[in-house]
Amino acid sequence: MEKPKTVKILKHYPEKCDGGKLCEIACSQVHFKSDEGGEKSAIRILKDGNSFKMHVCDQRGLCLDMCPVGALKRRKNGVVWLDKETCIGCQACVGFCPIGAMRKSKDRIEPFKCIACGACVRACPNGALELVEVKIDDIREVVYHKQGAD
Amino acid sequence: MAEGQIPIEEYDTGNTKHKWDLKKIKLAHRVLFNYDYKKGKIEKGYANRTLYINLSTKEIKEKKVTEEMKKKFTGGRGFGLKLLWDSIKPSTRWNSDENELIITTGPLCGSTQYPGSGKSLCLTISPATDIICDSNVGGFFGPYLKFAGFDAIEIQGKAKHDCVILIDGEKGKISIETAPLEETNSHLINEQLTHLYATEDTDKSRQKISVVSAGKGAENSFWGCLNFSFYDIRRKVPRMKQAGRGGLGTVLRDKNIKAIVAKVEKFDGVSNNPADPVALAKVGTKLHREIRDLDRYQCNMRAVGTAHLVEIMDEYDLLPTENYRFGSFPKASKIYSPEFYRYFTKIIPDGCWHGCTMACAKTVDGFTVMTGPYKGQKVTVDGPEYETCGCGANMSLWDPLWILEFNFYCDTYGLDTISTGTAIAFYMEMYEYGILNKDRCDGLELCFGNADAALELLHRIAKGDKGEFIQIAGKGIRRVKDWIIKKDWGDPQLVEDCGMESKGLEYSEYVTKESLAMQGGYGLTLKGPQHDEAWLIFMDMVNNAIPTFADKAEALHYFPMWRTWFGLNGLCKLPWNDVEPANNAETDDPAKVPEHVQNYVDYQNAVTGWKVDKEELILQSERCYNWQRAMNVWMGRGRRKDDWIPYRSMGPVTEVEYSSRKERYDKFLIEELELSKKEIKNKSIKEKMKLLYNYRQDQYQKLADAVYYRRGWTPNGVPTPQKMKQLGMDDPKMLKMLQEKIDEDDKAGLNIWGGEYKKGEKPPSIQPKYWEKW
Repeated sequence: MEKPKTVKILKHYPEKCDGGKLCEIACSQVHFKSDEGGEKSAIRILKDGNSFKMHVCDQRGLCLDMCPVGALKRRKNGVVWLDKETCIGCQACVGFCPIGAMRKSKDRIEPFKCIACGACVRACPNGALELVEVKIDDIREVVYHKQGAD
Repeated sequence: MAEGQIPIEEYDTGNTKHKWDLKKIKLAHRVLFNYDYKKGKIEKGYANRTLYINLSTKEIKEKKVTEEMKKKFTGGRGFGLKLLWDSIKPSTRWNSDENELIITTGPLCGSTQYPGSGKSLCLTISPATDIICDSNVGGFFGPYLKFAGFDAIEIQGKAKHDCVILIDGEKGKISIETAPLEETNSHLINEQLTHLYATEDTDKSRQKISVVSAGKGAENSFWGCLNFSFYDIRRKVPRMKQAGRGGLGTVLRDKNIKAIVAKVEKFDGVSNNPADPVALAKVGTKLHREIRDLDRYQCNMRAVGTAHLVEIMDEYDLLPTENYRFGSFPKASKIYSPEFYRYFTKIIPDGCWHGCTMACAKTVDGFTVMTGPYKGQKVTVDGPEYETCGCGANMSLWDPLWILEFNFYCDTYGLDTISTGTAIAFYMEMYEYGILNKDRCDGLELCFGNADAALELLHRIAKGDKGEFIQIAGKGIRRVKDWIIKKDWGDPQLVEDCGMESKGLEYSEYVTKESLAMQGGYGLTLKGPQHDEAWLIFMDMVNNAIPTFADKAEALHYFPMWRTWFGLNGLCKLPWNDVEPANNAETDDPAKVPEHVQNYVDYQNAVTGWKVDKEELILQSERCYNWQRAMNVWMGRGRRKDDWIPYRSMGPVTEVEYSSRKERYDKFLIEELELSKKEIKNKSIKEKMKLLYNYRQDQYQKLADAVYYRRGWTPNGVPTPQKMKQLGMDDPKMLKMLQEKIDEDDKAGLNIWGGEYKKGEKPPSIQPKYWEKW
């Protein structure tokens, strides 16, 4: 299989963001068919002083090597994808994600994450979100495995 | 290194690939008997039934797990004890027809959210000790057994021919089939059966199979271990973990079982059907994060597994070297963990059950075998763990590659590395003294450091070599001691003192000479000298945190109970204290790791729906711990005389040991025995050793006194009916038996304290029959 070389990641423009969180609602629709947003959304908009910041998976793929059953893979489009059917709900990826972007909702044992589908981008009335293409080689990371502290 | 993120299907270990004619192997199977069962649902961690198979009478049945059974025995090892009590006799020995091989799970076993949740607990009457041996092991079998529908499997009787037991959770069928063409050695048969029984030819399908087997070594020795497989979808090999201690693999092969196979249809993160999955995921994720943040600053389990202990033990003079004569060695740095780290395959989730992010199950892939039947092949070596490295030190093997070779062959032959290594170390010491020699060892030059000879011994044991030495050597230190003494080849006292066994089982790999509490941690145990009951060396020797007999007794009560608890639930002990919260040192009781104890309270409640507290966890253990000791008593052991330990574990047996740590022992004689400096100068080493010998023997007896009292036992180490009743263990047959044994001891004058109490010293109680007032 041809390895993906690029992946789309979300970019946030705080100056355009009004904290309306329509992106979260759109996201929870994708993952849970729910309008709740919040803990059911893979993207979170958080207050940051007078402004807002985005908290979401950056597709570095550190979690890929954590999955004992191979439920996490890079898809053809480069996105780090969790296959719910294969996942056995161990939360290793949730616990080890360095930025806490692999999330778990109370609704089900399997975690969920940003799949770069663009629903949030389309939902934002202010154009505060954008999907931008980056080279995987520039962002990819592997889970730590050195002996001793860094 | 950035070789991570390799797609699973592209991952390659470089191992030698095998081509099996699986069709032919399968066609040779003949179903001896089988049983269809109704697939059930796991309720709050319990399948609520156990599986009974009798290979002699060809009977298969289900046994119900009652609420009372859960209340009294919790699960796991506790269930195993209950099933054994109902099935065996006090005269049952390892090869009796009625002896059972039991594999149990436990209510928390098979959870994926909390690291270390896939342990099986195996029990049998051990060939080494003639009493119950329990051994815990990772791998997928335990969880799959439960998800296939059973909290435990109990196998009685013997098959006439080599057979495979299949527990097919997909079809709801138990099938006992002849298995004439399969290999016996584990790394091969596990692979064959994994492929043979997988529903589809995919890694996903193969991951739903787990095999338990033991190799040719298990057939021909008392060191047989059980190899539990777990299929690795990246390496594409069934890796394996060992239920090592006490000869369980020997019993498996004695029953003519080549393998037990468990197969599941599917499972997920809530297959245990926990009462509160949200709370369960929360506590599990908390520990994942702790491991992520702290492991590399603490134990480095994720990088090197338990091998990180080698350098620590060497530094503290605790790494057993040349049969425990020394605790450190100039060459030891050659087997420090960085030497193994070089060979370990990195960036793979190395848990022996899903979701264990402590991931200590390190592996060397593509290892080129140097000797024996698989010479030249490239294989996966599971390990080495600390204990196996310690065996290297004990045999004075200081080459990581030879330790890997030893590890590989022990595993595939189904030999416990600990018993094998400790025993060979003893044979090597006897060889050094001329008590054994090339002629007496069937041509083997078993001197310290001779890796070729050590490996040759393994190969010859596995081949079933009929040499007198080879035959007896594989039965372990106790039998070899008797053999040497019978042949009158050496001073019996020296032989007894040097051979590191107690109750017939070989010691695991820690030097205990300077820690009285740890001597008790090995000697005052149920199954024999294994550190799974207590590891108190730092607490006792380094931190001096338990100075009095009563303090040590409290530790030898609490920690064995605490550690027993893991076995009742199907858990691994390591995530309890091989990673600690950052603020642990500032808590009231750092040795107990209070935050993690609370995790386990929350965890058990989340799965079972109970409302227990930390005191109840200890009670769960106390019930089973006392039950097992009572069963040992029932089988004619479990008394003070059976808690004997060899002097090598207490102090210097030989002058070279004394001389090598002269300053330490001289200081000890001055401080503890109040010798003057002049006396120290004037006395010979022999005289000083004698003083030390008498003192330390007495200290051990006093420790036993304090521990027996704390545990609620008689001065001869028998659990009292009063204690059993307090714990709610009111089985009339058990209570009557205990009373009879206590009365027997009384008649024989054995209900007396073992220590010599001088003026100003007091035994734990001066009341005769103090327990009757409880």
